[in-house]
Amino acid sequence: MRTVRVNWWLTALLVVLSLTVLIPLYFAVVTAFKTPDQLGGTGFALPDGLHWANFADAWRLTGFPKAALNSAVITVGAVVLTLLTNSMVAYAIARNMDRRFFRGLYLYFVSALFVPFPIIMLPVAKQTAILHLDNRAGLIVLYVVYGLAFNIFVFTAYINSIPRELEEAAAIDGASTWITFWRVIFPLLTPMNATVGILTCLWAWNDFLLPLVILSDPGSATLPLVQYVFQSQFQTNYPVAFASYLMAMAPLFVVYVFSQRWVISGVVRGAVK
Amino acid sequence: MVVPAVLIFFVFHTVPVLQGVFYSFTDSPGYGPFELVGLRNYVALFGDPRVLHAYWFTFLIAGVSTVAVNVVSLTIAVWLNSRIAWRTTLRGIYFVPNILAILIVGYIFNYLFSNSLPALGERLGIGRLSTSLLTDSSTAWLGIVILAVWQAAAFNIIIYIAGLQTVPVDLYEASAIDGASPWRQFRSITFPMIAGFFTINMVLSLKSFLQIFDHIVALTGGGPGTDTESVALLIYKGGFQGGEYGYQSANSVVFFVVIVTLSIVQLRFLQKRETSV
Repeated sequence: MRTVRVNWWLTALLVVLSLTVLIPLYFAVVTAFKTPDQLGGTGFALPDGLHWANFADAWRLTGFPKAALNSAVITVGAVVLTLLTNSMVAYAIARNMDRRFFRGLYLYFVSALFVPFPIIMLPVAKQTAILHLDNRAGLIVLYVVYGLAFNIFVFTAYINSIPRELEEAAAIDGASTWITFWRVIFPLLTPMNATVGILTCLWAWNDFLLPLVILSDPGSATLPLVQYVFQSQFQTNYPVAFASYLMAMAPLFVVYVFSQRWVISGVVRGAVK
Repeated sequence: MVVPAVLIFFVFHTVPVLQGVFYSFTDSPGYGPFELVGLRNYVALFGDPRVLHAYWFTFLIAGVSTVAVNVVSLTIAVWLNSRIAWRTTLRGIYFVPNILAILIVGYIFNYLFSNSLPALGERLGIGRLSTSLLTDSSTAWLGIVILAVWQAAAFNIIIYIAGLQTVPVDLYEASAIDGASPWRQFRSITFPMIAGFFTINMVLSLKSFLQIFDHIVALTGGGPGTDTESVALLIYKGGFQGGEYGYQSANSVVFFVVIVTLSIVQLRFLQKRETSV
């Protein structure tokens, strides 16, 4: 047995450097608990007592419950629909790559990776308004559609590594393609589903530009959008603003703390493909 | 399943692209009647100082951030992949910025830059720090780059760690017997072995930084004046608020060509390098 020596110098260095990540978070937390007259200075001092009223104010001024619900509905909708549809499309394409039509489709979808969103944002905003999709449902559709390019890319790579014999066996047992997909392939896709699900979730929850240009009704505003509106209206009250930021970041942060290892491995899997 | 997917994709992705191209030849303000104006928008773009400045500024931010993010994240990834204690926890911490919304983090950084840093500068007697970084057009870009690097490094670190785990350990053992220094090992083994990951990270970073938007909205709003306007921000402002729908559509088309060209050039260049190292 070789003993693995821990490099304590490097560990110490990395711990110190991790402060660059932790300090802005620490700062957000302490500021959210202050009263306006405790601001000033470098702002790193601890608050005198926990001023919970900031959270109550932020809750009320931003309409937090409504925005959180909007974000949750959009994120869950986008993740579920993405997993159900994108995997299926990728399956159909991956298993028919020998046909020219499907190879063309693959290139068609994947080439969208090269089209940055600012290019299509003006027409899309107009189009969704005409189709009455300038709401939460429209956003879900757009996340599902705009995710296709990347998701088809990673799903097909993964599906290609699944032996075809499994499906042939299912076919002999009399399973239709539909049954085969849901009973055999979809369960096998679990690791990739986790990756795609995590990335879609982070995207839909944190995205700012798409809700900004698509949503016309303030009632369907998402959490980032609400912070934007809040910032421009109540710019001066920093403690309340920070309480609001904290509440907007908290849900994903809490989920992340408990599923950290899983989230990171999910992202890594997407990268290695 | 494939047919509806293609249809929906066509409607919400391809049609907008084509519409954008169409509107780029009109003088549409975004509503009401408009006329075809041929190439006039395109000609005007190249003589518009605001547009040219936005491109210059976007290239500056994207270029500096891409290099900085890759240097920072490759370094930290190598360290996080070596024999350190609390490896999982530390990786977990370094990944945190990636799960936070840029806009919100941007507001927090905004306060740090405009209140905390000046206060710190005053206390330490550093005159240069005592005014906000963000209100001065010669330094505001630095604030934007810091936020961009802070946020993007998280994701890049994880990708590099994934790459580093594909390098066989015996290569290091063999080179250690030959007496290679850590730097030498990095140059001759690690870096060539993860060249593919380097290419991917460089290309993706540049592409995403060229579209920089949230960072600027949160930090400067494009100001002072229009000094920190990126191309994406200009398209948004001009197209939705400035009645320049047709004009900014033309800008979008140019921007699209620029991004695709840069990505392809970068990909070619880096992949050629990959095989030669």
